Amino acid sequence: MLVFFVFCFLVFNKALIKDKIYSPDFKNKKTTYLVDFSLPELYSSDEIQLSEVIGNKEFSLVNVWASWCVPCREENDLLKNLSSISSLQIIGINYKDRKKNSIKFLNNYGNPFKYNLVDKDGTESINLGAYGVPETFLVNKNRKILIKIIGPINDNDVKQIREIVNG
Amino acid sequence: MTLNKSGRLLMVKKKFMVFLFLFVNFFGNCYSETEPYSKLENDIAKNLRCLICQGQSIYDSNSEFALSMRIYIKDQIDNGHSEDQIYNMLVKKYGQWIVYDPGYSKKTFLLWFIPILFFLLGGAIIYLRIYKSKKI
Amino acid sequence: MILSNAGFLSLLLGLLSSFAVFLCSVLNIKKNLLNLENKIYKFLTLQFFSVVISFFILLYTFIISDFSNETVYNNSHSTKPIFYKITGLWGNHEGSLLLWLLVLTSFVLFFFFSSKDEPKNFRLYTVIFHQIIVIGFFIFVLKTSNPFDILFPIPSEGLGLNPILQDPALAIHPPILYVGYVGTSIIFASSLAAMVTGYVNNLWAKNLKKWVLISWTFLTGGILLGSIWAYYELGWGGFWFWDPVENISLMPWLSLTALLHCILTLEKRDLFKNWSIILSIVTFMLSVTGTFLVRSGILNSVHTFANDPSRGIYILIFLFVLILVSFVIFFIFENKNLENKKEIFFLSKETSVLINNWFMIYFLSVVLIGTVYPIFLDVITSEKISVGPPFYNKLLIPFLIPFFLFMSVGPSMSWIKTNLKFKASYIYYFLLTSAATIATIYFLTQKDFLLIILVFSLVFLSIKTLTNFFKNNTNHAQNLSHLGFAMLMLSILFNSISSTEIIKNIKVGESFISKNEKITFEEVKTNEQKNYSSIIGTFEVKNKNNKIIKLYPEIRIYNQPVIATSEAAIKTTLFKDRFITINLIKDEQLFNVRYQNKPFMIWIWISTLIIIFGGTFAVFSKKKNYS
Repeated sequence: MLVFFVFCFLVFNKALIKDKIYSPDFKNKKTTYLVDFSLPELYSSDEIQLSEVIGNKEFSLVNVWASWCVPCREENDLLKNLSSISSLQIIGINYKDRKKNSIKFLNNYGNPFKYNLVDKDGTESINLGAYGVPETFLVNKNRKILIKIIGPINDNDVKQIREIVNG
Repeated sequence: MTLNKSGRLLMVKKKFMVFLFLFVNFFGNCYSETEPYSKLENDIAKNLRCLICQGQSIYDSNSEFALSMRIYIKDQIDNGHSEDQIYNMLVKKYGQWIVYDPGYSKKTFLLWFIPILFFLLGGAIIYLRIYKSKKI
Repeated sequence: MILSNAGFLSLLLGLLSSFAVFLCSVLNIKKNLLNLENKIYKFLTLQFFSVVISFFILLYTFIISDFSNETVYNNSHSTKPIFYKITGLWGNHEGSLLLWLLVLTSFVLFFFFSSKDEPKNFRLYTVIFHQIIVIGFFIFVLKTSNPFDILFPIPSEGLGLNPILQDPALAIHPPILYVGYVGTSIIFASSLAAMVTGYVNNLWAKNLKKWVLISWTFLTGGILLGSIWAYYELGWGGFWFWDPVENISLMPWLSLTALLHCILTLEKRDLFKNWSIILSIVTFMLSVTGTFLVRSGILNSVHTFANDPSRGIYILIFLFVLILVSFVIFFIFENKNLENKKEIFFLSKETSVLINNWFMIYFLSVVLIGTVYPIFLDVITSEKISVGPPFYNKLLIPFLIPFFLFMSVGPSMSWIKTNLKFKASYIYYFLLTSAATIATIYFLTQKDFLLIILVFSLVFLSIKTLTNFFKNNTNHAQNLSHLGFAMLMLSILFNSISSTEIIKNIKVGESFISKNEKITFEEVKTNEQKNYSSIIGTFEVKNKNNKIIKLYPEIRIYNQPVIATSEAAIKTTLFKDRFITINLIKDEQLFNVRYQNKPFMIWIWISTLIIIFGGTFAVFSKKKNYS
């Protein structure tokens, strides 16, 4: 009986201090791969296959964003900073946005993206396993997910991404 | 006792939440189709957790995530997937957390078993109590 | 600022008088001095009034919007209506704990005042055990959640109260629920005291029954208010979601219901002594566990206010100290001469009470495991799972059928032994129930086997309970509560299987058809209020007979804090509620309209009120047939 209560106590205690943010891919420590789909590009409206563009570069950063999302504005500077790395390309998934607004956003705040795929109704983002905006995946050539960041990226994440990309 | 650092941080966080809330609720919903949802779609939506909300189902929520999820569910039904197949697909993407039905597995064995055990034990105790008292 | 300091000092005074009460009581157990008892009175009164003073000081700072107080700053705003300034007091962690303390101290004073006829040592021990709880909560408030923290420089405006909490039902929900929760603390203290002083007998049961009934009635009322609030405010027409926070209020309710039946048996037959004690302890533990789970932010729920973990750890330690203390006391003073000698016959009221307790404990275990299992799994295996309605439906609904059947016959059993003779009336009952079931099923769209026997058992329960009213020498309080419960289950059942819903995205001027009603979106108006601005839609619902109902759902955008809420428009009639909500759609002139038909909705509230009325009736009725 006593052992049982002590056990309960410890469990609750641990639950209290536990991190509340949850991402299934990395809790399970399984290697997961980004799904593949094709979406139209923002400026050209050409259909682009995600796997093809990812295959072009050693590493890709897939960033889900929208012009109406406040944290995306703050994140934009960090993304621009990362876009200067030669072995890394940044692919934007423009989430549930209007073309006019997204282009205005990129003109105002700068465009870190090599490609921008337009996900008008948000279903392909669900397909990716994304929660919303902003969300960022670092993948290698074979679409293997190396890092997944839910919410805006911060300086620490940038450091971590740089470490992985630079070997 | 001035506003300390954590207090300020909390305020920033609060402001951020306010914005988020505003955008989610006010400018939300890109979905403009005028078709009503079918019963199957509603049933599935009721059994899925809105992952970015606090304790709401997809059905209850009006967040972007929930609205996209509804379209996603609709697409999958149109593609000929069954209810269970859709749950399985989503569990693969988002983990068991997304479905309200914990399901039967090794992990949830105790979840189902403990209450049943309580029921059986209770029944046994009552039976013994009545049976035993008869003998004396 | 001076006021806040005074409030804090007053709380400190309350804590000191708690220590004094504790000390006097301990001394008086051995010595039996009359002036010490008077001192206990004085200190209890002092303790109560010091909490009252700090409560009113906080209330005053809320009313005058004194933003030098951090609690006021975080949860109030000068443009808020006066009513919500007042209720804002308990719409937050610190203030609600102060309210908790207020109820706690008033109850112990009331107990000491109203228990003069009971053995002295029993009273003293109850006060001692209760003061342990009081002191624990005093220290909790003062150390981790002082409502009188001062801000400097003084902010010019507050952050405001979350608009979904600005609602009349939710405003009175916490006080009512707290009376229910806190009442269990007296039950707990009284059980421990009765065990220590060897006073676990029918006299004790008779006195405790009053407290059980009070807690039970208020807890029922609190749950009802919470559900009503969820129904019209959360905006999607549900009233119970198996949300962890709701489960937490249901768990003490279940164990209190079990205790209520058990204590009646103890009163009448001097049976189930240890079991009553265990139930009392469990009930209070569930109340405190509830506080812990809600306040610590462990749970992911609509209702939690996010909190820092230090508070959680404090309640956690406090909870386990209480559990430890009560277990030690239980094992030392447990009633060793087992009551098994007393025979229990199968066909007797004793057996029905046992069966009631059996099911109550089962339901309790389902809710408890369903609520805490995900926490355990997450900690141990880092797997996150959700336990939602499908789990509860699968484990509860099949068990409801035998429960209803037992409940229908239980109250007609007599104490000790029932002589069962075959009566023709049984056949009538059976035929009547079958006919009523067939008639009901005919009107339902769904027809599966489980549903049919569920309806059958429920109809049987309702009929049997109704006939109990016409028997001689019958307990009307019990009949009322049982009838209320049967009606509640019936209305929930019909409501859940025959609700219809239609979701459309339409423009102003368009209309749609739902079943045999035509809903037209007539116009949109805007309206400016002091603390919010709103968009109000006008909808016309026209049925087959050209009867017209107008509905005015709203979208409110509150200014402090800036949050948009959707206010449902509900037209309630005896047979169904029409429920409509609107939402804006980004960048377009379309509105997202959700129209629902919810049959028998009002009967859910009415039947719960009947249950509450039954409880109230029992509190005030003088027992005539006590022997």
